[in-house]
Amino acid sequence: MSAVAKRPLAGKRILVAKPGLDGHDAGAKVIALALRDAGAEVIYTGLRKSPEFIVRVALDEDVAAVGLSILSGSHQELAREVLEGLRAAGVGDIPVFVGGTIPPQDCAALLAAGVRGVFTNDTSLERMIDELARALA
Amino acid sequence: MSAQPKSEGTAARVATPSGIEVPLVATRDLAREPDPELPGVFPFTRGIFADGYRGRPWTIRQYSGFGSAEESNQRYRFLLEQGQTGLSVALDLPTQCGYDPDHAMARPEVGKVGVSLFSLSEMETLFEGIDLGAISTSFTINGTAAIIYAMYLAAADKQGVPRARLTGTIQNDILKEYVARGTWIFPVRPSMRLIADSVLYSNEVTPRFNAISIAGAHVRDAGCTAVEEMAYTLANGLAYVDELIRRGGDVAKFARRLSFFFYVHMDLFEEACKFRAGRRLWARLLRERHGVTDEKALHLRFGVVCGGSSLVAAQPYNNIVRVAIENLAAVLGGAQSIFTCAYDEAFQIPTEFSAEIALRTQQIVQHESGVAATVDPLGGSYYVESLTERMEAGMREVMGEIDAYGGVVKAIEEGWLQRRIAVRARQRKDATDRGTRVVVGQNRYRRPAQADSYGEVFRLDPQIAARVLQKHAQVKRGRDAARAARALDTLEAAAATDQENLMPLLVECCHAYATVGEMVERLKRCWGEFQEPVRL
Repeated sequence: MSAVAKRPLAGKRILVAKPGLDGHDAGAKVIALALRDAGAEVIYTGLRKSPEFIVRVALDEDVAAVGLSILSGSHQELAREVLEGLRAAGVGDIPVFVGGTIPPQDCAALLAAGVRGVFTNDTSLERMIDELARALA
Repeated sequence: MSAQPKSEGTAARVATPSGIEVPLVATRDLAREPDPELPGVFPFTRGIFADGYRGRPWTIRQYSGFGSAEESNQRYRFLLEQGQTGLSVALDLPTQCGYDPDHAMARPEVGKVGVSLFSLSEMETLFEGIDLGAISTSFTINGTAAIIYAMYLAAADKQGVPRARLTGTIQNDILKEYVARGTWIFPVRPSMRLIADSVLYSNEVTPRFNAISIAGAHVRDAGCTAVEEMAYTLANGLAYVDELIRRGGDVAKFARRLSFFFYVHMDLFEEACKFRAGRRLWARLLRERHGVTDEKALHLRFGVVCGGSSLVAAQPYNNIVRVAIENLAAVLGGAQSIFTCAYDEAFQIPTEFSAEIALRTQQIVQHESGVAATVDPLGGSYYVESLTERMEAGMREVMGEIDAYGGVVKAIEEGWLQRRIAVRARQRKDATDRGTRVVVGQNRYRRPAQADSYGEVFRLDPQIAARVLQKHAQVKRGRDAARAARALDTLEAAAATDQENLMPLLVECCHAYATVGEMVERLKRCWGEFQEPVRL
């Protein structure tokens, strides 16, 4: 709660994106609202966006971080495509975070592929914001 | 997190998750009037059947399906052999969103959260060796529901099963897709037309089939309360009634085939009372607003799912207990069909092992617990009757807010309802983070250093997408191309006007092995696509 009160993400532009066909957006919206309360300027893509679209928005909006919300089980493929797209566009240093229904055994693979952090349902918003604030400091 | 809070004193205010105050002891004066009702009699608070589950036990209907039609066919045969009484088909996201497996958006999702049914060929494989005249099948399908229903009819034709013998359900509830589940395709109004077409067609051709299952489960999962779940769902129900009447339907007739679908979460009494209150409210609304008197048309018939967002990844075996409690709430509330989630669904597609425990849970409640032996065993409890009353009042209040906004279609087109759900989701998350909503093993009694045992890992065959793609190409090569093109042209021409019922044309498209993606593409040309209002 204290982290939220201090607005640790003030001045940061963060993209919250829904890649692929997964239609569960409650989590993405909760994250977007929480980031905004923490001071960030949040861009939310809405549902069903291609990795190419997400990379383009990240560039156009000059964001400091990208959050991908995926609950369909396609997190490996979709996260990899976004990471590759950012690298190809010369902005591979933008940290990418993944949230959603991620089986425990898949987390290590996502991190190894270059994802900066993985958040699941039981990650508290406070911890997520702390982690983002550290990554963007 | 792991610190144990002091036990709350009995003087502290206690409320249900919907915010209704819970008395320390319920007494006679809490309920407005002693309950004179009987089950099977209007307004059906105590149940739609006088003989409850003695007359007909609830249908045990486990949701499953993954990968290709061949794999799912094997899982279905397994479940039927184990005593399951109805099938429930999970479809992959490309099929749900109207893309063929070779579309760029489809590629990573083929066969993931359900089976790929891109054309009649796959429906035939899915039910190979299963007599469509002898089982009841439920499809969780919405954006492409009319197409999948047409495909099921075509598959029955191929098996030689008369269409009138078919029983089952298609979800076919697009309104909640815009609000919570996200598999919309077309704008709201043409989508409503397609739903009305399928429901009216089904009433004639497959009179034992539920062509719509108006669902509250997903808005509930997305964050809203039990009271809101029922209120939003009944509001959507009334919107479909209006559209069906506009398309020439007779409410006394089509209302007999409307069915519903809800979530059950952990608050046992609130959940049981949600069903009692909703059943009564629906009957009253149809009578008040449309003068319906036919008893069957007033019945709120519903299926439920136990689990979903109430399941927890930490210490996942605890979920078996959660599902059992929710299963009990559903039975005490008088559900017609029940799906119990597997304990591992908090993080993966269930394995055969976990799916069997979920099935056995229902069988234990049905055959060992004794709760199904008498109708509405909670009826007459001071607490239950008063909570039922308060929940009904709460539902009416929420529905009044939607009416005041200008109705559910406007509220969805403008993103008003979506925003309300998002705010609720945030509140639920905050309550969980703070620990005011207790989740055992996650925010209380958690053992921080514990390495959770997750049991067997579900592994989807990585070659499935390749096999589905190959089959897709093969079907398109092998079909009568002229017949498929003709069927699609006819469909497009009819969709462009608001006159003809599209169902017979969709059935012909399916028989011609036109693909889901092709049919959707033609309809998009006429109707466009839904533009999501992204308002936070």
